[in-house]
Amino acid sequence: MLTAFDNFPALLIWLPLLGAVPAFLLRKEGAAGRWALASSLVTFGVTVASLFFRGEEHYALTQVSYVWLPDIGSSFSLSLDGISWILCLLNAISFPVILGTTLGRRREREGAFYGLMLLAQAGLNGVFLSVDALGFYVFWELALIPVYFLASLWGGEKRTQAAFKFFLYTFAGSVLMLAGILWVHLRTADNSFSLASFYRTSLDPAEQAWLFWAFFLAFAIKMPVFPFHTWQPDAYEQSDTAVTMVLSGVMVKMGVFALIRWLLPLFPDALKRFDEVAIVLCIAGMLYASCIALVQDDLKRMVAYSSIAHIGLMAAAVFTVQAEAWHGVLVQMFNHGINIIGLWIGVWLVETQLGVRKISQLGGLAQRAPALAVLLTVIALANIALPLTNAFVGEFLMFNGLYRHNPWYAAAAGLSIILSAVYMLNMVRNVFLGGTNALTDGFREVSLRHRTILALLVVAILFAGVHPEPMFRLVEETSDLILKRVQSR
Amino acid sequence: MNAIILSALWGVVMMFTGLATASARRQGRMAVIGISLVAVAAWFDLAGTTIPGLDVGGMLAFGPYESVFILLMAVCALLYLLLGVGPMAEGGGGIADPLALVFFVMTGICIIAGFRTLLMLFLGVEILSIPLYILAASDKRNLRSNEAALKYFLMGSFSTGLMLMGIALLYGTHGSFHLDALNIGQEALSPLATAGIVLLLVSMAFKVSAAPFHFWTPDVYDGTPTVYTAFMATIVKGAAFFAFLRLFQDGFGRLHEHWRLLMAFLTAVTLVVGNVTAVFQQSVKRMLAYSSIAQAGFMMLALFALNTTARSGIVLYAVAYTLATLGVFAVLARMKDHSFEAFNGLAGRQPLLALLLTVFLLSLAGIPLTAGFFAKYQMIAATLEEGRMVWLAVLALLCAAVGVYYYFRVVQAMYFRAGGEEGPEVSGGTQAVLVLTALAVVALGVHPDWVLRFLSY
Repeated sequence: MLTAFDNFPALLIWLPLLGAVPAFLLRKEGAAGRWALASSLVTFGVTVASLFFRGEEHYALTQVSYVWLPDIGSSFSLSLDGISWILCLLNAISFPVILGTTLGRRREREGAFYGLMLLAQAGLNGVFLSVDALGFYVFWELALIPVYFLASLWGGEKRTQAAFKFFLYTFAGSVLMLAGILWVHLRTADNSFSLASFYRTSLDPAEQAWLFWAFFLAFAIKMPVFPFHTWQPDAYEQSDTAVTMVLSGVMVKMGVFALIRWLLPLFPDALKRFDEVAIVLCIAGMLYASCIALVQDDLKRMVAYSSIAHIGLMAAAVFTVQAEAWHGVLVQMFNHGINIIGLWIGVWLVETQLGVRKISQLGGLAQRAPALAVLLTVIALANIALPLTNAFVGEFLMFNGLYRHNPWYAAAAGLSIILSAVYMLNMVRNVFLGGTNALTDGFREVSLRHRTILALLVVAILFAGVHPEPMFRLVEETSDLILKRVQSR
Repeated sequence: MNAIILSALWGVVMMFTGLATASARRQGRMAVIGISLVAVAAWFDLAGTTIPGLDVGGMLAFGPYESVFILLMAVCALLYLLLGVGPMAEGGGGIADPLALVFFVMTGICIIAGFRTLLMLFLGVEILSIPLYILAASDKRNLRSNEAALKYFLMGSFSTGLMLMGIALLYGTHGSFHLDALNIGQEALSPLATAGIVLLLVSMAFKVSAAPFHFWTPDVYDGTPTVYTAFMATIVKGAAFFAFLRLFQDGFGRLHEHWRLLMAFLTAVTLVVGNVTAVFQQSVKRMLAYSSIAQAGFMMLALFALNTTARSGIVLYAVAYTLATLGVFAVLARMKDHSFEAFNGLAGRQPLLALLLTVFLLSLAGIPLTAGFFAKYQMIAATLEEGRMVWLAVLALLCAAVGVYYYFRVVQAMYFRAGGEEGPEVSGGTQAVLVLTALAVVALGVHPDWVLRFLSY
């Protein structure tokens, strides 16, 4: 029997999807934005409620499944287990924050902007919730289309090219994944696309090898892992900052999430052969991105490269295949999303007031806007994983995993964290501290709304830093289940 | 069977309609009624009701698979006529003649959908081709239209000659035209028969414009008046593929091992040539010509795979491709300038039209939740099911990614570039038909089972 709870996963997709329709149609200025914010708040409420209303059984059982294409063997199956829940929660928090921050900013074709944002949210939730490979692929593409339009229609001058590059990269990666999905599908005993049947299918090592890389490429482009990252700085820089927040806060997590949900449990034998290669790629990317972030003058590009470095660490930790490291990754995915969105909000606030985002042109903002400076400094510290901030626990566990795997990896990755401290602190110093100049003299304290949003993020950061326990409890069960599968082979 | 008779008869009726009324509108209405009746006739075929006492001596056979295909093609042709009558009438004067030719082409389509002997295949291909040569030349005072027609005619008759030669060789070895008589396996593989099969393969590859026999396609599609290009590139091509598959599955299926590699080679070349060349086009119409080659490459995968997934998939592909391409051509036919720049800023001027075009282009690119995705899905699945030459499927998918590049150029022009004052004038009625077409594209993208269910015979 279907209880109310069974419908929660589907609700998380339907709510933003249906919310998008009126947003497209609202013509009055500001109306679409307010509607989208309200809609995303409802989604947030439902996402939180889904945790409290959970049944007696453990997470993995809470799923819906409707037969979609019986002849092809696909069903519309969603599962709200620990790992999808924490990412849906990130998604649910991000959108009200993003929309609340940028609300009131005048844009052309507002209705389309907010409608596409909500569509993107629906697609992202679909990716996190799907436990049917075909459904997963469909949502993977569907999350991409609205973001492609968002990134192409609003933003910097070269946005069209940047967004197109992003789109082509991701699409090229995902078609290879489609070939892989089909291949595994044809090997399933019951001619099905369901995750359970995929897990049950045994593939010989030679098959696994190419399938591993087909899937890996799709996810590596999305995260992005070096050397498939070249779309990212351009896309982040050229997009409207609200879109950049979606991209870097939530969307890149699709890749890391998919490693855990799909890649590793499906091809454990190939993992044993290629884990070192993958880790080395991730760590090389971390170092590379950190070095480039050091010399960036553009705030947006700097944050973009810092994001590559952080994602690289998560991906590397996933490939170590250790329980604690995985817990760290899952919790860090959520926390990184919060931190990076906070940073983007800071960049956005500075840019909308002054019209520049060159670090060399800024300085002394703390004198004019002390509250903003304090809040952003905390977020910056969280981004470099200082103890008592949310990112500390996750990064600690990930490093622990890397160290146990191979101390040299941990040393190399640690170097990148030191670098990240250098560039983040440099940024804080050059932007907030020091004397004001002609440009920054006119900087005013940001509005109460923005201070509140940032303060809420800071509270979340500190709370999660001091008391991370609930988050771990949430992800542990599912994470261990999947890990057991990976290790048992 | 009903459909053949009715569409042939209605072609004659259309010719006399030109005498009865000079109004293009009325003639168009007559054609729409006619094609709807053809669809109904195909429906009766499907239900098994046919004219009693009709004996074709086993030369034609219409099972549910064939009837569903004809029904779908008739529905596509109905959409085509609804969208196409306007541009056809643009030159002024009556349009009874081209409409009559469209019905004769439909007759040819029905014949090659149900042929069981090579004789019928030949007849069908000719009945289908000759009206097309005339349609290609229908813009009599346009040099390019004349060139297109001549080129099409020369190339077409050349390939017909090859086909005839192939048929003759096969008749010489087997003593029969019947597909069942040809399909006897290994022992039939004399040098003469092999030559016959290869000749048939080449001539069919000409007809479906598979590389390296595709050279006529871009010029012909470009020169022909757009409204007729739309017909040639979609419904006719789908039917040609249907016949191609029938011939090689029912006629030479047991020799699959022997021509599989050749087919894989043709497929790969077609995919690469079509997709890569399309990238460099400056005109949307020419881009669509190359895209039709690229899409042909995908349909060739069905011939490579030759299994049940391919059988049902090729029909879905033909329908998905036809719907989307018809939609794009319908807009293109109403534009004077066929360059990419002509689409600049269309989204600002005509948001609905831009949205519809986007749906069609997404479908051609194979993005999920459009018919094009499941069409490509079926082709790839069919190829992978064979378990051999996986590289072909991977190549096809990479080519699909290339396809995204040139289809999205139109989307980019419409949404992300400013400029262009005058858009195409699209009447309310046409827009309504386009909306229906787009809905069909999305419906098949969400639920391809609605078509596939009827094809799994």
